[in-house]
Amino acid sequence: MTVVEHRFGRYGGQYVPETLMPALDELERAWIEAWDDAGYRSKLDGLLRDYVGRPTPLYHARRLSEVAGHPIYLKREDLNHTGAHKINNALGQALLAIRMGKRRIIAETGAGQHGVATATACALLGLECVVYMGTEDMRRQQPNVARMDLLGARVEAVDAGARTLKEAVSEAIRDWVTNVATTHYIIGSCVGPAPYPAMVRDLQRVIGDEARAQLLERCGRLPQRVIACVGGGSNSIGVFTPFVADAEVELIGVEAAGEGLESGRHGAPLTAGGLPGVLHGAFSAVMQDEDGQILEAHSISAGLDYPGSGPEHAWLRDSGRARYVAVTDREALAAFARTARLEGIIPALESAHAVAWALSGGSSDLDLICLSGRGDKDLAEAIAHLESIGEQ
Amino acid sequence: MIAPEHLGAPAAGSGIETIAEAFEAARADGRRAALMPYMMGGFPDLERSLEIGLAYADGGADLIELGVPFSDPLADGPVIHAAGTAALSAGTRLHDVLELARAISARVPVVLMCYANPIYARGLDRFADALADSGASGLIVPDLPHEEAPEMLEACERRGLALVPLVAPTTPQARLARIGERARGFVYTVSLTGTTGERAGLADGLAGVISRAKELTSVPVAVGFGIATPDQAAAAAEAGADGVIVGSRLVRAAAESSDPASSVRDLVLALGRALR
Repeated sequence: MTVVEHRFGRYGGQYVPETLMPALDELERAWIEAWDDAGYRSKLDGLLRDYVGRPTPLYHARRLSEVAGHPIYLKREDLNHTGAHKINNALGQALLAIRMGKRRIIAETGAGQHGVATATACALLGLECVVYMGTEDMRRQQPNVARMDLLGARVEAVDAGARTLKEAVSEAIRDWVTNVATTHYIIGSCVGPAPYPAMVRDLQRVIGDEARAQLLERCGRLPQRVIACVGGGSNSIGVFTPFVADAEVELIGVEAAGEGLESGRHGAPLTAGGLPGVLHGAFSAVMQDEDGQILEAHSISAGLDYPGSGPEHAWLRDSGRARYVAVTDREALAAFARTARLEGIIPALESAHAVAWALSGGSSDLDLICLSGRGDKDLAEAIAHLESIGEQ
Repeated sequence: MIAPEHLGAPAAGSGIETIAEAFEAARADGRRAALMPYMMGGFPDLERSLEIGLAYADGGADLIELGVPFSDPLADGPVIHAAGTAALSAGTRLHDVLELARAISARVPVVLMCYANPIYARGLDRFADALADSGASGLIVPDLPHEEAPEMLEACERRGLALVPLVAPTTPQARLARIGERARGFVYTVSLTGTTGERAGLADGLAGVISRAKELTSVPVAVGFGIATPDQAAAAAEAGADGVIVGSRLVRAAAESSDPASSVRDLVLALGRALR
């Protein structure tokens, strides 16, 4: 039977207004029932195969490998329908919402990839969809705003705070508190109150399950390192999970160092350490000041621009099973351009963080990198920045 | 009525006792329900928020709910959210709000409303020490449901402070019973499914929510969220509430008025008259 962890070590929990507690109970029961139900699984697997295009390829990136001095394999989540791993989770939760009789869906989005994935799932399944997005993110991810609109979703602009992902999540939670009877909240990462971190992990582990089998078949071995970017941490938890029991495989989560960890303008709560705290319903690694006020994150990539992190990541860090590092905006931009030139693949700026670390981070026999999404959404922003640092 | 678990009679002079006395005094004074106005600490700024707290006292508040500004207030609607953001921008710190509690509680009992993270950041015991030292009587944590509350409850209990739980219209019966059993000070009944803020009318079924709560706890049952006008306050008392909490309406007055203290005093006086 499916196990839904409420705690990962000391992290996790359910720090939400009382109004939502019964809905979290309902969600957890529905999730366990669905995940144990062959009918639900075969419907989801069918959609992942025929609609999303899974399994995604495992690609030996020869020219990047040459630069790195060791083999690099890319798990091509960028080739999913809608261009990122987010659709794995959005479809799973949308099917679950239908089982629960909830026809109104809300979501938050940073880079817009989760918003687009949710809008897509809702269009496919005939559900009403409202996506909360910070106005700063709407500016820098304009193509995704247009996509959501075209898909029939309503994009609600959030103008509070730094106008990015943190505020969008807060606003989505407020909507949920108000409309909980009719509405399911499809959270886009392995964050939030239980059962979300465990549920999103289970829906994303298909990335790692496929990659592990593909690599064994192709190379007859496991990777030395599995590398993935971490904002909230859903693509990384998805690719890490099937490797956790393989003690010889290093798990590396790459956060956004933004303008540099020492500048304070970053999105690296796991790497930078500091006091753990409560954000958006879970106790985890959080960027905060000494009074417990949540700080604004900063990253060139909207998907990593988040001051919190999934509670399971905080636990993997403390237990020593995974290691968390950070890559600056500038390094990520360079890797973005390099991957385009060397492989003909334009990665999402988020995923470029993982590539950047693999290219600079020491020796390895074989790296598996989760290329979590494609970079079409980032073109305008990335080109402007590349010009400003003279790399274009 | 259910006897409180693990708890003898509260020590004389404890926060729990002070809150109980405030409810009794309101009744003795001829009020149908205690008047419990909310204010945001440090809004519009520290000095004026102290004036606002004292104006609440002058207007006849029985108990004051004092909010600690937080960067990410998930249970609050736009008015209180904006007030918290403004208070933080004006430089308000937790320490400042505790000093407000000290000054105001000399006049009227104070219950602090604070989100979980500022409490964890300071550490539960250090926070509870500071709260007790400030003279406040209790604590409301809007994002700390029953399941996550045991350590906080213990930290409060050891200092005679009331950890006031929230219940919502969505709270099922068995859960309500568990919450009611561990409630101290009063039960904060959320009148509607939503965030804080003014509404045109009272939620349907409020009387049912209140009577359900009253059956399952030994402490008074106060109602908040969506109560703004004297008519709504009177209707909440009519529906059986032992206390009526008014927040956003007063915070909005503090934001809009050129003389916040006198504006909120007039509003509190009118609310008090409606509870006679």
